[in-house]
Amino acid sequence: MQKSLNIDPGKCTGCLQCEMACSYEHTGTFNPSRSYIKVFTFHHEGRFAPYTCTQCDEAWCMRACPVDAISVDLTTGAKVISDDKCVGCKVCTIACPFGTVNYSQATGKVVKCDLCGGDPQCAAACPTDAITYVDADWTGYDRMLASAAKSLPSAEATA
Amino acid sequence: MSWTRKILRVDLSKGTCTSEPLNMEWANQYLGQRGLASKYLTEEVDPKCDALGPDNKMIMATGPLTGTMASTGGRYSVICKSPLTGAIACSNSGGFFGAELKFAGWDMIIFEGKSDKPVYLLIQDDKAELRPGDGIWGKSAWETDDILHQTHQDPQLRVACVGRTAEHGCLYAAVMNDKHRAAGRSGVGTVMASKNLKAVAVRGTGGIGNVHDAKAFMAATNDGKAVLAENAVTGQGLPAYGTQVLMNVINGVGALPARNMRDVGFEGAENISAEAMAEPRKSDGKPNLTTNGACFSCTIACGRISTVDPSHFSVKDKPEYQGASGGLEYEAAWALGADTGVDDLDALTYINFLCNEDGMDPITYGATVAAAMEMFEDGTITTKETDGIELKFGSAEAFVAITEQFVTGEGFAADLGMGSKRLCEKYGQPDLSMTVKGQEFPAYDPRGIQGIGLAYATSNRGACHLRGYTIASEVLGIPVKTEMNDTDGKAELVKAFQDATALVDSAGLCVFTTFAWGMDNIAPQIDAACEGDWSVENCLETGERIWNMERLFNEAAGFTADDDKLPKRLLKEVIKHGPTEGQVNRLGEMLPKYYEARGWTADGKIPDETRQRLSL
Repeated sequence: MQKSLNIDPGKCTGCLQCEMACSYEHTGTFNPSRSYIKVFTFHHEGRFAPYTCTQCDEAWCMRACPVDAISVDLTTGAKVISDDKCVGCKVCTIACPFGTVNYSQATGKVVKCDLCGGDPQCAAACPTDAITYVDADWTGYDRMLASAAKSLPSAEATA
Repeated sequence: MSWTRKILRVDLSKGTCTSEPLNMEWANQYLGQRGLASKYLTEEVDPKCDALGPDNKMIMATGPLTGTMASTGGRYSVICKSPLTGAIACSNSGGFFGAELKFAGWDMIIFEGKSDKPVYLLIQDDKAELRPGDGIWGKSAWETDDILHQTHQDPQLRVACVGRTAEHGCLYAAVMNDKHRAAGRSGVGTVMASKNLKAVAVRGTGGIGNVHDAKAFMAATNDGKAVLAENAVTGQGLPAYGTQVLMNVINGVGALPARNMRDVGFEGAENISAEAMAEPRKSDGKPNLTTNGACFSCTIACGRISTVDPSHFSVKDKPEYQGASGGLEYEAAWALGADTGVDDLDALTYINFLCNEDGMDPITYGATVAAAMEMFEDGTITTKETDGIELKFGSAEAFVAITEQFVTGEGFAADLGMGSKRLCEKYGQPDLSMTVKGQEFPAYDPRGIQGIGLAYATSNRGACHLRGYTIASEVLGIPVKTEMNDTDGKAELVKAFQDATALVDSAGLCVFTTFAWGMDNIAPQIDAACEGDWSVENCLETGERIWNMERLFNEAAGFTADDDKLPKRLLKEVIKHGPTEGQVNRLGEMLPKYYEARGWTADGKIPDETRQRLSL
């Protein structure tokens, strides 16, 4: 069973624990500027939105890469960059419609979410469950459950 | 080790920025942030200097845990001599600025001298330079933040700056960062503006990678986060209701001061409480509270993000104030609300926005307006002084009008900008200033709660709840319940809270963690992050050392035991009704015991043996 990161912006408080967990996992430093997940603050709306790669099945980044540096991790489904092959041409950063592949000045390569090999640290660090790692076929489960519970006003929904 | 081991020294007179190594001997004795920066201040600044002159220095300092995954590890403090009190000032702020400064590679910035023209400091990792501030001088803190982001085309820049009130010389101006977080008290922003320094903009990409024992640190910080999540206050109460959860609680126990502390108990408390903030309003069906928000790294997220009712008179034709922004915290809601007798939640939220926008401490501002209102009601001042405004207790319209005028620096602003001590002295009513060492009280009446009165009287920065929050024990029973009206044991209680808080404020952590964390939760996180011995015992001794060092600064500035006092009102005028009826504060019973518990002389001096014990 594959899993997906599931993001619920309504639960996010903007604390950036996810950014630090990500950067610590990938660079050994607490460093939001090198995180592969980014939390955006919409000040006037009072909203926060964590944002990262959704691991497209037909990934634009992978197709665009001229040196085949991006491959699929068959266990997790993550599109993973090979630092040995990446030449830092940045074509993938142009191809990605979501902006979630980015160049890193520190390494001269591109970087993106790799799901931490199946144990994403952002989800582990999130204090409010705004980021969870769930069955890839059921990312809508919580919302369906909440909606179903509403349709039965007197019922206590149990999972 | 978690310190970057680097200090940025900015000489504003010469226009130079230089890097120097952190004094690690001092770091081992004073940890960081409040303690370590205060050590630098006491070594470099004459305590008798003019707080607004070039000889005062202003230090922005992080702690060793700032910028780490330790929960709440994003704090920084601004340290200087205060223009409001003449005592040592240290104001602590969250938001994101402190962590960014650390990521850029700096433990602290020491500003000295005075620029002859407005400037701002731009830091991009190890590059730091002063830039002309013409385009931002005269602008609000919000405009300044926006302009600097536009100028540098960098959405990830973090800005700390002063608003217009600081430029106008308001003695309690804050340093604002990230738009609605504030190093709020004691006029640290006024000192910044006095140096012609408008803003500090920082971008750091280096991160923190030198934690002493990374594995132990991750384990200790994860343990700490679990404790916060499971605690009823930090896991449920603060995220849901913010500090405003206290409004009805403190009113209920008979310790909510009202109308310049003339009364205790406020009939409008419910209207301005956390519960009221969560209630959908009639006009648009939305509650005042939009959501809760966190500062950097904080897993509590007590911050309030609020909107004003768009149909409310205060914002009706002002779309720029109809969006969400930093909402009321308890102390601000009390000072702006109960203390002025105003129970209009929308008006108070709007005034709170203005306090953020132009950077003034809402506690001192609200309390100063309250003192002016009392003088207006007794006829000491009239509409002649207030530019025609009927400044009566309870008038939201008057309060909104005078605040809009205040931020422009016109009219009555010069009087209100002095703070209540100077204001009441000017009009011949010094006893109506509710202050200690010239700084206004926060939201707990010391007649109803004895220990907090001792904490106020002995606080090194003047009246303050954040120097020894004995309310935790006396009202909430954390870590143990003590009786509100008892004086027994309060000397020791106050000392314990003051010392522990000094350490927390020096670590990069938020004092709100201490609703759940004891020193046995905090020390292991510091010990894993830093070299050296950071056992519980050493942490507590470090806190005590910091407290005594601050006291020595104040002593050299001219403060004596005579300044460890409360206004007459709180010692003589009994509470007239409610659960605490008939009470006054019995400071005289506690103060001698406090001096004894601290190892000080009967007249509040620090003897040689205590200095030696604490290596001072």
